[in-house]
Amino acid sequence: MKSYLSYFKLKFINGLQYRASALAGISTQFFFGFVYVLVYIAFYESGSSELPMKLSELVSYVWLGQSLFALVYLWYKDKEIIKMIKNGDIAYELCRPQDLYFTWCSKILGERLSMVSLRFLPVIIVSLLLPKPYNLVISTNILTTLLFFISLVLASILMTFLTVLYHIICMFTLDEKGVVNIFMVLSDLLSGLVIPIPFFPKYLQNISNILPFRYITDFPFRLYVGNISINEGYIGLITQVIWIILLFIIGKLVSNIAFKKATIQGG
Amino acid sequence: MSFITVKHINKTFKVPLKSGGIISTIKSFFHREYRYINAIQDISFSIKKGDIVGYIGPNGAGKSTTIKILAGILVPDSGEVIIDKMVPWKDRKKYVSKIGAVFGQRSQLWWDIPAIDTFNLLKDIYKLDEEEYQKTLNELIKLLDLKDIINIPVRQLSLGSRMRLEIAASLIHKPKILFLDEPTIGLDAISKKQVREFIKKINKQNKVTVILTTHDMADIEALAKRIILIGKGKKLYDGSLKNLKQKYDYLRKIKVQTNDKVKLKKNYIYSAKKVDDGIEYLIDVRKVEINEFIKLISSKMTISDIDIDNENIDELIVKLYEDYQI
Repeated sequence: MKSYLSYFKLKFINGLQYRASALAGISTQFFFGFVYVLVYIAFYESGSSELPMKLSELVSYVWLGQSLFALVYLWYKDKEIIKMIKNGDIAYELCRPQDLYFTWCSKILGERLSMVSLRFLPVIIVSLLLPKPYNLVISTNILTTLLFFISLVLASILMTFLTVLYHIICMFTLDEKGVVNIFMVLSDLLSGLVIPIPFFPKYLQNISNILPFRYITDFPFRLYVGNISINEGYIGLITQVIWIILLFIIGKLVSNIAFKKATIQGG
Repeated sequence: MSFITVKHINKTFKVPLKSGGIISTIKSFFHREYRYINAIQDISFSIKKGDIVGYIGPNGAGKSTTIKILAGILVPDSGEVIIDKMVPWKDRKKYVSKIGAVFGQRSQLWWDIPAIDTFNLLKDIYKLDEEEYQKTLNELIKLLDLKDIINIPVRQLSLGSRMRLEIAASLIHKPKILFLDEPTIGLDAISKKQVREFIKKINKQNKVTVILTTHDMADIEALAKRIILIGKGKKLYDGSLKNLKQKYDYLRKIKVQTNDKVKLKKNYIYSAKKVDDGIEYLIDVRKVEINEFIKLISSKMTISDIDIDNENIDELIVKLYEDYQI
């Protein structure tokens, strides 16, 4: 257990070193945040028919997504693990007395948390200070806030397991591009990061409700902004837990096969 | 009972066949053909505790594959491996805490941070006792002269310094067996010497069994009494380096400094090469005594200087490879 914590710590510290990258990340988040907010405001002003989300909910949804982007976007690959698979340094990882699956989990989570810890505060603060209707609205409901934090923790675990899974798949394909691209398309669309899920046609909503992607982003955010009722929230939390268990089992199984069949590239 | 027992192991890799060009690339997109490469075939050997064994062979002979099987990373298709009463890939977790490995072409150090942080991480991975760890670390720092380099981010270090740290990293948990896969690759003469001396020292002090693959025959000469030669996945020779030398080291290089131009033709003269200030002969000592040959040349020419050389071990290996047609 301690070794996994050390991996986490090392990755976390390592990630904090890159200030320029954090700065670039923050400005990107601001840029996209403003673009989305402005587009939606224009859309709402010209729109007539009934819309599934209130404007204030939608704006808060966007800002939450942007501030926690580093934690919740799925196709951010761990370059180190990919490099290790590609050049064969994974040989070293395999001859350590540890479970590689959990090692990779702690590495990925460590890096993500270090990234998000540098990026989320500036975005949150600025978006709170913005004038109406451009601002993030703080939830006044204590229960929703509490459930939001629980769902966010679960979402982080879910993100980690999903990310690890496609890194393990890279051990079969020996290159990450194809796998990551498939993941990128699926997750970008179905997680609601491009267009919030309520705006989807019904059948696509049903699909996204079944798949895990939305439970990493869309679900916690909508819970917080009040677009989802508390009861739906409980169901969502349970779904998150089910997916965590499922992905863990799948990940472990696939990793066992992968490490058994491992071929070390490059001699 | 021997410490390491390897019995009839085989490993085959399935490699997709690809020829260049657009059409065949498109074709391979729909239908892939595979080639099977027998990386190692029916290899058996056993090693006693505390030995240093040199594992040699040309590129692609299956050296690294064998090392990886012994290290528990790869699983052989068939055969049996028992090391220290364990099967490496079955008791992987327990087993790997007893071994150390250095893969010369790879790195286990974290690139962006000083090596000491990697060492501390290894301490947690191997669940080492703090006191014990500090003791080993200090020993390693002293033996490998790491004091000045251990606190510098790894990316700023020279290859030689890095290799010393890599070796230290593989020994921090006091392994019983050390696998060295080309540990001196790319190092300069001084670093090579340092690494060799260190390996010798820890082998003697801690009774660490060392299995070493290398292309540098000087490594083998300095370290291993026993060598195992493999080629094309098969074991070709297993025995002492001395025997091999006796068998193959029958050529002597004799350089004669002379101004005379004489052509000698004898069956024991392997080759005669004109060099700037004389002639370089290669003599087969199985067919003639050296003094016989010197008598002959001194009668034929005026010699201003003479130089007799043992053949370089590299050439010996080249001959050996040729002999086994690998």
